Amino acid sequence: MAKDSKTPLLDQLEEGPWPSFVTEMKRAAEKNDMAKDLLGQLERSFNDKIGYWKHGGIVGVRGYGGGVIGRYSNLPEEFPAVAEFHTFRVNMPSGWFYKTDKLRDLCDVWDKHGSRLTNMHGATGDIILLGAPTNALQPCFDDMADIGFDLGGSGSDMRTPSCCVGPGRCEYACIDTLDLLYDITMEFQDELHRPMFPYKSKIKISGCPNDCVASVARSDFSVIGTWRDEIRIDQEEVAKYADGGEIDIQAEVVALCPTDCMKFDAENKTLKVNDKECNRCMHCINLMPKALRPGKDKGATILVGGKAPIVHGALMSWVIVPFMKMEPPYDEFKDFIRKAWEWWDENGKMRERLGELINRLGMRAFLKAMDLPPAPQMIRIPRANPYYFWDPEEVKK
Amino acid sequence: MSRTDFGPPNYKEMLPPVIEKNYGQWKYHERVKPGVLLHVAESGDELYTVRVGSGRLVSTDWIRDVCEIAEKFCGGYLRFTSRHNLEFLVSDKEQVEPLIAHLNKEGYPIGGTGHAISNPVHTQGWIHCHTPATDASGVVKAVMDDLFEYFTDWKLPAYCRISLACCLNMCGAVHCSDVAILGIHRLVPTINHDDVRAKCEIPNVIAACPTGAIRPDPKNKSLTVNDEKCMYCGNCYTMCPGMPLADPEGDGISIWVGGKISSARTPPKFSRLVIPYLPNTPPRWPEVTDAVRNIVETWASNARKHERMGEWIDRIGWERFFDLTGIPFTIQLIDDFTLASDTYRSTPTFKW
Repeated sequence: MAKDSKTPLLDQLEEGPWPSFVTEMKRAAEKNDMAKDLLGQLERSFNDKIGYWKHGGIVGVRGYGGGVIGRYSNLPEEFPAVAEFHTFRVNMPSGWFYKTDKLRDLCDVWDKHGSRLTNMHGATGDIILLGAPTNALQPCFDDMADIGFDLGGSGSDMRTPSCCVGPGRCEYACIDTLDLLYDITMEFQDELHRPMFPYKSKIKISGCPNDCVASVARSDFSVIGTWRDEIRIDQEEVAKYADGGEIDIQAEVVALCPTDCMKFDAENKTLKVNDKECNRCMHCINLMPKALRPGKDKGATILVGGKAPIVHGALMSWVIVPFMKMEPPYDEFKDFIRKAWEWWDENGKMRERLGELINRLGMRAFLKAMDLPPAPQMIRIPRANPYYFWDPEEVKK
Repeated sequence: MSRTDFGPPNYKEMLPPVIEKNYGQWKYHERVKPGVLLHVAESGDELYTVRVGSGRLVSTDWIRDVCEIAEKFCGGYLRFTSRHNLEFLVSDKEQVEPLIAHLNKEGYPIGGTGHAISNPVHTQGWIHCHTPATDASGVVKAVMDDLFEYFTDWKLPAYCRISLACCLNMCGAVHCSDVAILGIHRLVPTINHDDVRAKCEIPNVIAACPTGAIRPDPKNKSLTVNDEKCMYCGNCYTMCPGMPLADPEGDGISIWVGGKISSARTPPKFSRLVIPYLPNTPPRWPEVTDAVRNIVETWASNARKHERMGEWIDRIGWERFFDLTGIPFTIQLIDDFTLASDTYRSTPTFKW
């Protein structure tokens, strides 16, 4: 650490085995004044234990209502290069797959206009380009458009949807997450780029119930791949697992099955699954991927209403469509999303997420609007109180 | 005017040839060693993945560095994961060990697969957010320096996800993590009446308060806050710059445990509050790193194989969790929000 360092606190985070973001900021700062002043302002925050960014501010590029987050420093005289330091959310390719020449093109554009700093990736899944002044926004976007990168979502719009690696590299994938993601992102470009909803709306797509993109926790629409028929078993591979000794099939697989639907015959080294009782949790498949595979009649469970705490508390998504086939052109799914958005748009208050609206007006109202029949798969347990409604039509005199 | 609404790059142009060829035809995978996966396709083709942790905040120089590595070993293709990891996709088995040697030499941490701690998802913090109650990258760096061995090795009973959000907005869903680190405020907003009058939509600010603590102040054409009802969520400040609540002494970190996302064995779970406040102590937040290590290691030494943090706690009971970890039980841990009574105990069958 240099004795005359201007960032003695941050310098300490260059030590240790985990990759250092401070080192990255310093690399950018060698060639870029914005990164240099960002480092200076962050050191101030580390010293004073408080942030120094101002509240919001509306900035953007022509033709878009979102995708750029306005950010201004509270200390513009001290750190003039970050006085205006706006963020681009750039829509990533499905599954975060890249060809390196594409990434290099993006780096060139960002070096020309911005701070040379990025997040790979942000929480929504976007590439985050961290910091450019107001007058650089339009030229930067124009250059990005030339190399084929478009903006993601921000504000009260459909946020950039994301998905797991899916059939690109996972044998568990019950739906084509990458294609579905690309298809709906293209379909809903207007909703992505022009905020028009009561609040944000998120769609996250996982290929199986392992839910690698955390869809159930954070998306208004969680799409989770599943199947309706039998787990496929390769008994030869079961025998190999039994002989291999790496897992104890009885103790680690069968005994941990939540529905107790499996039987292991240790003598013959065969595994039986009572598929009717299986709830497709993935545990056995996770442990024995060579021997067990999801069935062939694949589709998705659609869950609705997930969100983080703001405003009325965190919610996990609820099962609304137990099973939907997911094949191009995905019309049934798109109709479902449009219908739910319409109901939300009509009934939602400002900053009320879909799950909160369902909580306020009742699942009954939502299912009626969606024209969906009630099913026991939707609930964990029936109500324990006697306070329920009847439609007068249902009560015949 | 430049073109609009052309969408993201088509993923089909981003896939390495081995994936293009075997798309949707993967048969099984093996966990070769920590950080290394092998996927085998129906065709017999093999694809090795070498996973590397990144700090999430990276320079364009770093991106070019990893591009160069991918060009040398992976035909110019790479991918990122949902948790800020970088994955090198190697179709030539002969290149796997040289790639690993190169990554080790250059200091890229390989790991984050299997029964390990994966790369923590996190938010912007003081680097670039206007509502943070703590930093994000700094805390994560300190925690992962401390727990590094659990990223690179398989020493845990199950997978462990650590996540950090620097305020209650929780960009990035930390609320279903094995260990969630969450920045919190502890002081009510101060009201700058001039700013409220000039910059805020008063009805919207009132509606934004989850506890009904905000009322109109017609005399000042502004707002008042009922201090006793405010639990410092900061949503009013998000709506109205005239109500800041960040404060060096008031702000800090809370720790939540036992959440999960996957449905394997047990349904997804919310993380639960176990430490209501730890101070912000940059640059290395020792109180936070000690607390997280204690929780992770208590779980690791007591849980059964495949038992996630929350599954372990469900089995032993929360009273035993506090007993084993030595974490003091305080009044803040008892819920008093909307569905609080669902969390109270109605049976005398508990443990001493």
